[in-house]
Amino acid sequence: MTPAVPPRVTPATDRLQRLLALVPYVVSRKVVGLADTAAAFGVSERELVDDLNMLWCVELRSPDPYCPIDLSYEGGEIVVSEAESIDRPLRLGVDEASALLIALRMLAEVPGLEDRSALSRTIAKLEAAAGTAGAVSAQVTVHVDDRGARNAALVRDALERGKRLHLSYYVPGRDEATERDVDPMRLLVVEGRTYLEGWCLRAEAVRLFRMDRVLDLAVLDQPASVPPQAEPRDVDQGLFRPSAADVRVELELSAAGRWVAEYYPCEHVEEIGDGRLRVSLRTPDTRMVRRLALRLGEDGRVISPADLAAGIRQDAAAALAQYA
Amino acid sequence: MSRRKTERLLSLVVCLLSAGKYLTAAQIRAAVPGYPESFDAFKRMFERDKDELRELGIPLETGVSATADEEPGYRIPRQAYALPEVRLEPDEAAVLGLAARTWRQAELAGAAAGALLKLRAAGIEAEETTQPGIEPRLQTGEAAFGPLWEAVRDRRPVTFSHRAAGRSVSQQRRLEPWGVVNRHGRWYVAGLDRDRGETRVFKLSRIDGPVTFAGRPGTVTVPEGTDVRELVRTWDTEPRPQRTALLQVRAGAGFGLRRGATAARPDPGRPGWDLVEVPFSDVGWQGEHLAEFGSDVVVIEPADLREAVIGRLKGVLA
Repeated sequence: MTPAVPPRVTPATDRLQRLLALVPYVVSRKVVGLADTAAAFGVSERELVDDLNMLWCVELRSPDPYCPIDLSYEGGEIVVSEAESIDRPLRLGVDEASALLIALRMLAEVPGLEDRSALSRTIAKLEAAAGTAGAVSAQVTVHVDDRGARNAALVRDALERGKRLHLSYYVPGRDEATERDVDPMRLLVVEGRTYLEGWCLRAEAVRLFRMDRVLDLAVLDQPASVPPQAEPRDVDQGLFRPSAADVRVELELSAAGRWVAEYYPCEHVEEIGDGRLRVSLRTPDTRMVRRLALRLGEDGRVISPADLAAGIRQDAAAALAQYA
Repeated sequence: MSRRKTERLLSLVVCLLSAGKYLTAAQIRAAVPGYPESFDAFKRMFERDKDELRELGIPLETGVSATADEEPGYRIPRQAYALPEVRLEPDEAAVLGLAARTWRQAELAGAAAGALLKLRAAGIEAEETTQPGIEPRLQTGEAAFGPLWEAVRDRRPVTFSHRAAGRSVSQQRRLEPWGVVNRHGRWYVAGLDRDRGETRVFKLSRIDGPVTFAGRPGTVTVPEGTDVRELVRTWDTEPRPQRTALLQVRAGAGFGLRRGATAARPDPGRPGWDLVEVPFSDVGWQGEHLAEFGSDVVVIEPADLREAVIGRLKGVLA
């Protein structure tokens, strides 16, 4: 048995890939600036000049010595006058073709994205260019929840025209429908779900709204005015980041309650034997935890804060009294 | 060291691409600068170089020229090497940039960036910039994603340790993986479970420990007509509701329940409460769900659902 290890990328082959892309990059554009090209390849101008020198210095010694690549970069402009056989980029590898095709097909499922025609044209062209390297990508798919598609289209419309939205929004942690005006900032598609990110006038803060929980939505005539302090979140840091003001809750979970650690972002997860876990999470609203604890029954127990644990026991006792 | 190697590999690629025929090892050694004097040392270095070029996806072929040299030689056919002509309209290039951006921070981010670089080298003006108004992301937080993608790609069987939902111990599984599917933000692998001889779906987050290859590439055959997406969908979807629960729900509460209700009317026997009918399929799951509503919801019938809710609530007090 072989352990699965990532393929080896050495500095030498990494640079070779760049050199092989650099020549066609210049050839296909005829003339390009040094600074622009360096930026496009994510290297410094000095590194780029070193790359160009290396290409220019390629020499084959037999049958007759000759230098197959001729180029110049005088005055900050790169021109390749002789590129021999490397004037086209290397074909896409399986990982490369798959990464783009998987993502494009996922985008084609995003509700409210009206560039569907561009997406299907791009997918077809990329499949043709990738050839067999693209085939396996069909075995990896990303399902995007299409509930709320009509509303997502309205959000896109409001974004384009810079209009305010009115939302009727369901908050499951509190089992409430809420009404609010929101100035839309953008749509996020994360973890297979579509979210509206916007400035909530009720909360006077940036809020995320899951599109499948929007009960009703209307585009208002009023222009949206997102205040300058409205900071879009860094999606790569995770959608739900606890704030220091949130309550820290400690829970013990049985094997049957372990799903909580998968479902909620936990700060701390510890195995305590027999498949049991001790986790801690932060929440801005402990009502969500009270509901969760009732759902878990004997599969989960709130350890702290103590007053929350006591409140949950009262909730359970009050509910049981209904069955007496 | 690394610089000289890059120079040598670059010369080797240019040499094999432009020769237009098979070159023997001796011819390559004569043409490409940078190889050692000793023939044995050259052979060793050349073997490593070939491997590295193939790992980059460069189609380095072995064969014998029509002129029938004694020895087999090497070539890189231009047709197999070069990316075919691709022309994209500006709107197509824009969605391509968006697609590459989707993988940021995830497993195939490097591959997506590499693909974009090649396409830009082909003359396409695709930037990994934001399209105003939309920001898509794929996440691969599960450690098993990388090796399972490779196993699917290379058609290799795998073994891993998996803890089924609600189980306190893990079990070793042997799987011929057919595909990887993301559903509701979670990754799943579907394939043939070798021990059970049946199709199975596993959630990647429940794989604990490493995924190990258990066979050579190309030894897994995906049955024709397999739809992995549908396999995962069926696995993840609850059966259609067969039964109906009659609930007493406090007026103004139970909003989430009322959304799925088939009937709701004020309870004539209890002012301030409504009678609500809700379809369900699984007693256990529905019992957990109803317990969430605490003293706002009382199950009238069926009896087993009533007992399930009471059991949950007693569990809290146990």
